[in-house]
Amino acid sequence: MTMDVPVLEDDIGVGDYQYGFHDPTDKYVFQSRRGLDRQIVEQISEMKNEPAWMRKFRLDALDTFFQKPMPTWGGDMRDLDFQNMFYYVKASQGQEKSWDDVPDDIRKTYDRLGIPEAEKKYLAGVKAQYESEVVYGSLQEDLAKQGVIFTDTDSALKDYPDLVREYFGTVIPSADNKFAALNSAVWSGGSFIYVPKGVKIEFPLQAYFRINTQNMGQFERTLIIVDEGASVHYVEGCTAPTYSSDSLHSAVVEILVKRGGRCRYTTIQNWSNNVYNLVTKRAKAYGDSLMEWVDGNLGSKLTMKYPAIYLMEPGARGETLSIAFAGKGQHQDAGAKMVHCAPHTSSRVISKSISKDGGRASYRGLVKATHEAHHCKSNVVCDALILDSHSRSDTYPYIEVNQDNLTIEHEASVSKIAEEQLLYLMSRGMSETEASAMIVTGFIEPLVKELPMEYAVEMNRLIELQMEGSVG
Amino acid sequence: MSSLLKITDLHVSVDEKPILKGVSLEIRQGEIHALMGPNGSGKSTLAYTLVGHPKYEITSGTIEVDGAPLNDLDPCERARLGLFLAFQYPVTIPGVKVADFLRHAVTNIRNPARKEGEGLIPMRDFRKELKERMEGLGMDVEFARRYLNEGFSGGEKKRMEILQLAMLQPKFAILDETDSGLDSDAVRVVSEGLQKLAGPQMGVLIITHHERLLEYNVPQFTHVMLAGKIVETGDASLAHELHNHGYATVRQRHPTEAAEEQEREKTAPAATAVR
Repeated sequence: MTMDVPVLEDDIGVGDYQYGFHDPTDKYVFQSRRGLDRQIVEQISEMKNEPAWMRKFRLDALDTFFQKPMPTWGGDMRDLDFQNMFYYVKASQGQEKSWDDVPDDIRKTYDRLGIPEAEKKYLAGVKAQYESEVVYGSLQEDLAKQGVIFTDTDSALKDYPDLVREYFGTVIPSADNKFAALNSAVWSGGSFIYVPKGVKIEFPLQAYFRINTQNMGQFERTLIIVDEGASVHYVEGCTAPTYSSDSLHSAVVEILVKRGGRCRYTTIQNWSNNVYNLVTKRAKAYGDSLMEWVDGNLGSKLTMKYPAIYLMEPGARGETLSIAFAGKGQHQDAGAKMVHCAPHTSSRVISKSISKDGGRASYRGLVKATHEAHHCKSNVVCDALILDSHSRSDTYPYIEVNQDNLTIEHEASVSKIAEEQLLYLMSRGMSETEASAMIVTGFIEPLVKELPMEYAVEMNRLIELQMEGSVG
Repeated sequence: MSSLLKITDLHVSVDEKPILKGVSLEIRQGEIHALMGPNGSGKSTLAYTLVGHPKYEITSGTIEVDGAPLNDLDPCERARLGLFLAFQYPVTIPGVKVADFLRHAVTNIRNPARKEGEGLIPMRDFRKELKERMEGLGMDVEFARRYLNEGFSGGEKKRMEILQLAMLQPKFAILDETDSGLDSDAVRVVSEGLQKLAGPQMGVLIITHHERLLEYNVPQFTHVMLAGKIVETGDASLAHELHNHGYATVRQRHPTEAAEEQEREKTAPAATAVR
């Protein structure tokens, strides 16, 4: 069923953002009308041919979404018009196993983003989501043989209905917050990963999210289950075209790391500067497991994202490394949430933010310990670097503790690039831009060195791009 | 032909307060000059002004290299023309590895026309050269992997300045109290290091209170600064005399400047006591 798709020509040009190009949308398979109501949600569920429970889940969540007020904290969302968005856009017929079968325009986009190349070199599996649906998927054969599942969440609902039903919405209930409710109502795509007991996946699994249509809402839903003693590193990247009016990305990511398991979830978020990025991410970490969020936020107009870890059993460890870069017109309201629900659990948050050209970077974090959670340790370090006088940095650390027997450390620092540092580097032949970029790169280096080499290179390259032409 | 760094009647203010009041000095490649004088006489001001510190405002006078004026050039352009300052207080650049920093610096200095993003000198050649230079200065090559000046001792920082001097091989090197705050072993290492590096291709201006650096690097010219002016110029024996007898006799010989110095200390004692 093909529908007429409006041609959107008010592209304001890609500017300095190199992924700001867009593809034609006239060959799309389906696009819902603008706006959000029960009919749209029913239409999405119908198109996906979903079981009744999921359809009910969606409709209930829609009610919750309409009931919940907009948050009065965080970023400015006054211009976010929910009724002006497209909630479901399907660009191609289905998910392909070969890039050759992906429609030309879309394949070229992923070529430009370097995904097929990266897949060949260092990835164990790839999902490429374009608009609302995953258009390409792969997983190394030996991993599939070991019982690893890496598919899109829609397919998982069909192929592994019991597994999905058991865990879906258990880590983040749809009533958790307004945007989790929105995602629960209109979700589409996202990754579903199951790593069986004891299976350690050596190379990262990567998902790549691309928005192409103007005023598009992308609502992927990711569910990762790491069984006992298993380990996985999942990486996501995101880009979108530069348009004069806004798009919305509102994902929900739920993760369970069972006893002795290990999960690292790395995000390199590079949305164009017209995307509202309002994401709920939460993991439950069980006995002696390790959950790590590595969260790099470079793009978007407004990001509100606080990856959470609930430490459920003794020995669980949680770690969040967060890098936020707020340039012109950007507000990065990012942080972390650590909830100690059991004794002998530990958490660590390291946050580094950079603001320049009037950008605003905020760290918002919560460390919480229930009354059972004795002998816990938490360490939070936030450093902010402000590159000029009209940029801004804020820190909002919240601590809720119902327990005396624990250690919580919080350190925060804010610095400006010192004139002396610039002089020193410039007196060694570096231009002002090069010197500033070097100082910024050094500032985030303790986090970047945690990344696999390819992503570290990508992160540094993105920082350099952000810095280019910013001084003067 | 050897290059000439020419400073003519230089007046410099910091926060609109005049510090240098007419300094003239000529340094040729291959020459060693010592610059001495009591605290607050303007030695470091001259050093920072030469490399283009934005806080130091030239109100009149010129700085030229081979006739080309430097007044309006930024520190990066001056460095690419061959000026180098070994800082008295080298700053820390957290997260930036010594090797990465030096590779950028060396590339820019050797290819002054380089634009941002253009290629760096080949890693293999660079590593080899860096290793040789570090060994020559008795430095542990592990230093190349450390963050620039982070957690360095005073002596290590100064040695790092000399390593940069060795890698960048400037036409004109200014050493601002490179020997201060060091124990005698460290002073010897730095002095020997400079001795090996200074040659016919380098003009050197040594700002110092001590004699040791000058024992290894005997100056052809010694300049004495008082109240923002060079009041005397002599040879190595002048440095020796100042070291042994202090500045009392200099002040006697130049009562006007001595009075200005006293006046200044009354109005801004803090500025002269610390950095």
